[in-house]
Amino acid sequence: MGTTHDSSEIPGNHGHDHPRHELSYYAKRIYAIRDLLLEKGVLSEKDIQCQIDYQEARSPANGAKLVARAWLDPDFKARLIDDPKKACVEIGIDATSINEFVVLENTEKVRHVVVCTLCSCYPRPILGRPPDWYKSLNYRQRAVNDPRGVMREFGLTLPDDVEVRVHDSTADIRYLVLPLRPAGTEKFTEGELEKLVTRDSMIGVMDPLSAPPPI
Amino acid sequence: MGRALRQKAGKFKPGDAVRVRSDDRPGHIRTPFYIRGKTGWIERVYGEFLNPESLAFGGDGLPKRTLYLVAFNQIDVWGKSPGAKDKVLVDIYEHWLDPAA
Repeated sequence: MGTTHDSSEIPGNHGHDHPRHELSYYAKRIYAIRDLLLEKGVLSEKDIQCQIDYQEARSPANGAKLVARAWLDPDFKARLIDDPKKACVEIGIDATSINEFVVLENTEKVRHVVVCTLCSCYPRPILGRPPDWYKSLNYRQRAVNDPRGVMREFGLTLPDDVEVRVHDSTADIRYLVLPLRPAGTEKFTEGELEKLVTRDSMIGVMDPLSAPPPI
Repeated sequence: MGRALRQKAGKFKPGDAVRVRSDDRPGHIRTPFYIRGKTGWIERVYGEFLNPESLAFGGDGLPKRTLYLVAFNQIDVWGKSPGAKDKVLVDIYEHWLDPAA
């Protein structure tokens, strides 16, 4: 193709700029589709911006809020496990796009890991977009076949007597791991606890960050 | 116990031994290859969902299918299990499951 996509060349200025660097075939295609949807009035600029804002608002910070609150409040934890979508509403997280949401609680003796071997099922409203490794063939194959090996690569070595439960999320259910609260965090505030809850600990391949040693 | 556990029962109940069908057909199949033909047990009944095999091709997803959480011992799936109690748990629709003795 070899031409740059410059908005000034587009007949009838339609109110937004396109990137001026060389675009890939797929990027050009998606801009063309967007322009058509706007021209035909299927979508408005505002609709698109709202959707971008919504996508950007979904991040592992949502999951960290759920986990930190569950660590601090046993009643909330019970509600989170009983009806996760309702618990999300309680703390202002929009999880309505999830068909069914299930929270898997780690204990000293049971560890959960989540994978989608078929594609990339992931609790996006709670954790945002999945990391590239989650979608890689390597992870999708090895998480079910060698979960302990995968966890070792993330820095987590589990004793043999711990039960590892790998959840292969194939369709309508989205899983979130509720990790164990790190030792030494008894005096932490909710905000401080949230900072320890990593995305990978909610997929289950790692522990949350540990509390820094007291000075 | 989560809300999902209290949903309408299907053909199987928690604890029932099931074998995953070894069918092979094209389409939006939500039953991974590695688990076909394997024997496990019903861990949870998730209730009825529109059939994704139909939805993916513009169908109405009807009749709804009961979805289960099916548990398998790692040793029964891969012939090895570094931790004796390690398991793989897969969400599988009822029409992919047969009762196992």
